[in-house]
Amino acid sequence: MVGKILRVNMRELTVRYEDLPDKYLLFGGRALTSALVADEVPPGAHALGENNKLVIAPGLLSGTTAPCSGRLSVGAKSPLTGTIKESNAGGITAQKVACLGIRAIVVEGRPAGDGFHLLVVGEDEAKLLPAGDLTGMGCYRLNEELWKRYGTKSGVISVGPAGEMRMVVAGVSTNDGEGHPGRYAGRGGLGAVMGSKGLKAIVVRTDKAFDVPVKNREAFKEAARKFAKAIAEHPVTNAALPAYGTAVLINILNEAGGLPTRNFSDGQFEAAALCSGEALAETVQKRGGKGRTGHVCHPGCLIRCSNIFADEKGEAVCAPVEYESAWALGPNCGISDLDHIAVLNRLCNDVGLDTIETGVTLGVLMEAGVLAFGDGEAAIDLLDREVRNGTPLGRILGGGAEAAGKLFGLTRVPTVKGQGMPAYDPRAVKGIGVTYATSTMGADHTAGYSVTSNILKVGGFVDPLSPAGQVDLSRNLQIATAAVDATGLCLFTAFPLLDVDYALPSVVDMLNAQYGVNLTVGDVVDYGKEILKTERAFNRAAGFTKAHDRLPEFMRHEKLAPHGVTFDVPDEKLDEVFNF
Amino acid sequence: MEVELRVYATLRKYLPAQPLGEGTLFRPEPGTSVAGLLELAGVPLDQVKIIMVNNRHAGPEHVLADGDRVAAFPPVAGG
Repeated sequence: MVGKILRVNMRELTVRYEDLPDKYLLFGGRALTSALVADEVPPGAHALGENNKLVIAPGLLSGTTAPCSGRLSVGAKSPLTGTIKESNAGGITAQKVACLGIRAIVVEGRPAGDGFHLLVVGEDEAKLLPAGDLTGMGCYRLNEELWKRYGTKSGVISVGPAGEMRMVVAGVSTNDGEGHPGRYAGRGGLGAVMGSKGLKAIVVRTDKAFDVPVKNREAFKEAARKFAKAIAEHPVTNAALPAYGTAVLINILNEAGGLPTRNFSDGQFEAAALCSGEALAETVQKRGGKGRTGHVCHPGCLIRCSNIFADEKGEAVCAPVEYESAWALGPNCGISDLDHIAVLNRLCNDVGLDTIETGVTLGVLMEAGVLAFGDGEAAIDLLDREVRNGTPLGRILGGGAEAAGKLFGLTRVPTVKGQGMPAYDPRAVKGIGVTYATSTMGADHTAGYSVTSNILKVGGFVDPLSPAGQVDLSRNLQIATAAVDATGLCLFTAFPLLDVDYALPSVVDMLNAQYGVNLTVGDVVDYGKEILKTERAFNRAAGFTKAHDRLPEFMRHEKLAPHGVTFDVPDEKLDEVFNF
Repeated sequence: MEVELRVYATLRKYLPAQPLGEGTLFRPEPGTSVAGLLELAGVPLDQVKIIMVNNRHAGPEHVLADGDRVAAFPPVAGG
């Protein structure tokens, strides 16, 4: 036996363990969520219906001593995009699920009536309990309550009110070691899928984090040591990320003219520095109290890109405030006040919203005149009163950016396959535009992070303003990322993986030592390709064609300042991304 | 000629008086390169990974013109 699948039937309110089929031995994280969704969910299923399934899987290396291996993948058919979806998060839960011998939790069916349940997974058993008393709770109070009941070592996977109301901007929350619910599998409306199953939360009860059995312990230890050395030696993972967090990107994207501002109407924000990683770090240091930088989201993280942002009294407001969230709720809305951004971020975490989709939708609503660009107080009110309570206006935001654009008759709506674009304007960072257009997930930066070579000069340099070379760059990164997403490794290990020659072989050595197999570095590429092929096949069967692998039309003709550029990678080149 | 230099992240310690989000003006000799400007400003070139001149990537050998805006970054990333 190579592990267990925990099946949770929400129609019958039953749980059962089954052996993981041998064919899934080397499937973890995204590889396993996508394989199970492709194998078990009809592509034509309604994403919020009886036949969709929510699949939760730790990575192949999660629960071992592999550094930075605590990612948890959540997959389903997405109610936001209609495609297959995998969204992954840090936090403490992936390692716990893996240490219980569970390779995947599959939540299926749909309750006949109303009412929510809580799934408690322990060392020896799993059970579903009625959760009427937890219904409607924001994720902060919910996490406090669940730690009171089940102990402060518990992993908590949950949805806020937005997930309960099946809003397609809802994400799936997981907790960090201090019980903050801010580690989100945010994208694609997976919180709505969990809500549609009538599942409010999953509590994973074990103290273990590193106890997954490894076949060849000595070889594993040696490979893990090498991989740790690569992370420790790379200047991005050993200096910039722990000191400033991921929001260190705000200033550089602004300098490059690729920081989407006021609903993608400009490539630079005049107040970018005020909400940058540098400003965040300086504010946190000055205020003291519970704020900190260099925070970890899970045991065994060596990068420490997380932070805790504190208010003027030193009380924790939000952990973490990271780049995508700071951008979405900041420059994209014309907001530069870090305190407003942190409160908005906390509200997203509490109500259960994807920060990116929320910020992109707010940008669209600001363009529509529902609230003004730069009005942080109005944005806070919209999330805290309207969305939390499911008012008609709250549900407009809860429908995501594309729906909001349609409702208000706008053409500048930055989405692909229905999903809001993250924090890089594809006209000035053309490699990421190729990824947004062609990814199996809709507009997703992590699916093939071309920003590495376009802006950061990691893994070489490809001019971000030229269409040349972007398709090859995006293709290679999409393949590599699919493989990384299967391992449970944090995507930020990609920086040493791209630059340090012994880093990737050490990952392959860890997998071989853990599972007793003989993979080569070449196999990793084939492995990534297979994941993408599985996802593409699902999307094709769900009705997606190359006509969907396109950016919104305005990006082809509306010039972006300061470079005066449009997105000019030809359609036929976009169609070459998946030529393998 | 007059050019503006902005330093970010760990490079900020070399121009401690520079307010975040603003530039510092320098008056180098005509024909000065980015490397020359950084030397003039006391920013060690070996700690600079990314240089932009007028919002475009450039190398240290790039010769500056009057009115240029230069930004220098150490290795940074995120996502």
